[in-house]
Amino acid sequence: MAGYLTGFDNDFFSQFDHMRRQMNRLFGESGGATGIRSVTAGTFPAINVGASTKHVDVYVFAAGLDSEQFQLSLQQNLLTIAGERKIQLPEGVQSYRRERFNGAFKRTLALPDDVNPDAVEATYRDGVLHIVVQRAEEVQPRKIEVK
Amino acid sequence: MSNSKTVQPAESAAEVKSELALLPSVDIYEDAKNITLKADLPGVSKEGLSIELDGETLTIEARLNTDMPESMTTLYADVSGNRYVRRFSLSSELEVGKINAEMKNGELTLIIPKREDLQPRKIEVKAG
Repeated sequence: MAGYLTGFDNDFFSQFDHMRRQMNRLFGESGGATGIRSVTAGTFPAINVGASTKHVDVYVFAAGLDSEQFQLSLQQNLLTIAGERKIQLPEGVQSYRRERFNGAFKRTLALPDDVNPDAVEATYRDGVLHIVVQRAEEVQPRKIEVK
Repeated sequence: MSNSKTVQPAESAAEVKSELALLPSVDIYEDAKNITLKADLPGVSKEGLSIELDGETLTIEARLNTDMPESMTTLYADVSGNRYVRRFSLSSELEVGKINAEMKNGELTLIIPKREDLQPRKIEVKAG
């Protein structure tokens, strides 16, 4: 039978995940060029970035924090997300696994050049920080009239 | 029992990709009364979470929404799955019917009580 809650990793999912991380380390995420500010897979917090013509949306996957625990800054197009997550175990417990990130974190990413650093909004919900940065007017598509 | 097998239509590559499960990080610790399991499930609301118990196998499964609105293109993505799955096998001294689950800021706390009659007792060592 499978191991107990107190046993070792032996299920397919963790082995597969481990293998995937190894492969990513060897070959890179896509085989292409690695972003100069990109980080190793599994770095806390995970980030997704999407863009439309009007705004750039950044999703920071950081569970278990409060909204006040994030420090955000946007300098030109460089977005920095910093904070600290402190996990304290109750005293006297026996610990089996400590996989969750514990400590200070900081990630910096370059957004498209045309973002407006004065028009930023951030909301924290269900452990995801959602940052919306508006893009400058001039890049928004304009209808070109044909005369 | 029937011998005929139903042939499932082959899944498209896109479907397979969308079903890739993420493995949530957990902390597990034990005190005299309970085993506590904490899992990071960012992007999951209370409604998107399912905790199932089949025999002694505990399955934590949760949906998260990483889809961008249609008008958006993805520039960068660390997270590309849309669900978390993790399974644990429990042991028989745990009160599986009394598991308490709480979700806050994408952080799941599961408290699994131990059977009262099996909680640790001090074993006296007598001199021989």
